Amino acid sequence: MLETMLSYLQYPFMQRALIVGALVSLCAALLGVSLVLKRYSMIGDGLSHVGFCALSVAAAANLAPLVVAIPVVMVAAFVLLRLNERTRVKGDAAIAMFSTTAVAVGAIVISMTKGMGEVSDYLFGKILSLTDSDVAISIALCVAVLAIFIFLYHRVFAITFDEPFARATGTRVGALNTLIALLTAVTIVIGMRMMGTMLISSLIIFPPLTAMRVFGRFRDVSIGAGIVAVFCFLAGILLSSYFERMPAGACVVAVNAAMFVVFSCVGAVLRRR
Amino acid sequence: MALMTLRDVTVAFEGHAAVEHVSLALRRGEYTVMLGRNGSGKSTLMRAMLGLVRPKSGQIRIGDGLRRDRIGYMPQKTQAQRDFPAAVEEVVRSGLINRMGRRVFYTAEEKARALENMRLLGIDGLRKASYATLSGGQQQRVLLARALCAADDLLMLDEPVAALDPEATEGFYSILRLLHTQRGMAILMISHDVRAAVRDADRVIVLDRAVRFDGAREAYAQWRKDNA
Repeated sequence: MLETMLSYLQYPFMQRALIVGALVSLCAALLGVSLVLKRYSMIGDGLSHVGFCALSVAAAANLAPLVVAIPVVMVAAFVLLRLNERTRVKGDAAIAMFSTTAVAVGAIVISMTKGMGEVSDYLFGKILSLTDSDVAISIALCVAVLAIFIFLYHRVFAITFDEPFARATGTRVGALNTLIALLTAVTIVIGMRMMGTMLISSLIIFPPLTAMRVFGRFRDVSIGAGIVAVFCFLAGILLSSYFERMPAGACVVAVNAAMFVVFSCVGAVLRRR
Repeated sequence: MALMTLRDVTVAFEGHAAVEHVSLALRRGEYTVMLGRNGSGKSTLMRAMLGLVRPKSGQIRIGDGLRRDRIGYMPQKTQAQRDFPAAVEEVVRSGLINRMGRRVFYTAEEKARALENMRLLGIDGLRKASYATLSGGQQQRVLLARALCAADDLLMLDEPVAALDPEATEGFYSILRLLHTQRGMAILMISHDVRAAVRDADRVIVLDRAVRFDGAREAYAQWRKDNA
């Protein structure tokens, strides 16, 4: 079994998928720690739906998908962040309106141009769709996210734990939040073509929640989420390559869900002692 | 010169004026309790003093060597914080970010400052413990220790005892008295607790969209009788 799985590694598309997927998983998990704890998980979901719309428009217009999608989703990230801040009460409803509208527009555009047959690739991802520029962008993204978590670690903690306090003591909360939202946008655009619109937000949500089942320190949660994310991605993709017909994104999510259950049990045992 | 001087300050909250034409001064070493019913604009006024919201009109001046990013702020607790995965020392040390400048890590000196504040508040034994597992009273001590890390001269506390039982409340008050008398810390505390205001504070402010009363606690006791 292992031999069969390893034999896939010689294919360039598989190598690209592994590099891009592992890096995107790591970025999504780190950004996710902050987003989940700030109750911003919905933003990831909203952005992936906007990404769906942008990718389908790009395909219809025969434009390079990343050139269209990355700026569009970045703008959406900026807008969603403001929506969440300004109108606290209706924030989640506003995001839902925003994202369903984007999906509707995307579906209309695809059905008029490429036909609905392609929709499933967008919704559940396609590992073959990754290109060399995805590899380059995901490396750059990963460097940026790691730089933020290393060089601005204490500030990221401060704005995640208590924004008003961080702001009062001179942290540039708005700038840091915007930076996190923009990097989330890039993460989602790169990751969604492999994971799919429906499943990409799981990369943001699962690893932090899984790590929180066991760890009680912010530093440990961050490091743990990163490790869990990369491990689950690699396990999921190997699984999907062994059972040839299984979509990679779905396998990765399934492994993440299983890991969450395992960590929950471990956490429960640790707490009882 | 006062630490902070407000002149004819009006602050809006969600489009409406929350407080209007407020003029007051906070002096070094003074323990002030700000009273007022819900919606009287206390928290909004405090946020304006901290520079978190811009006043619609009027002036807020800082003086006597105070730096705005060196005010020890203790906001009202949020739901999200209650089960936040963080060690006590991580939370307390986050009060030091205003001293970091462009540095990436805390210095040994800064970590010592955090430890000293944890000792002062009797939570140094909990420093590796997870914040989420603490009692309400312990959590408030952690947030106060964080505020002390940030503060040189002035603490601003927004209803710090709102969710505490009587015993934890008394414990918290005695710490504030200690900080006030031994360290000469100026304190501005928003509260609903009239009894404590009359007992501990140097000065009482009653806010109801405008300043209704501002004076020494003895004068406040008289004013309450007259307005009962």
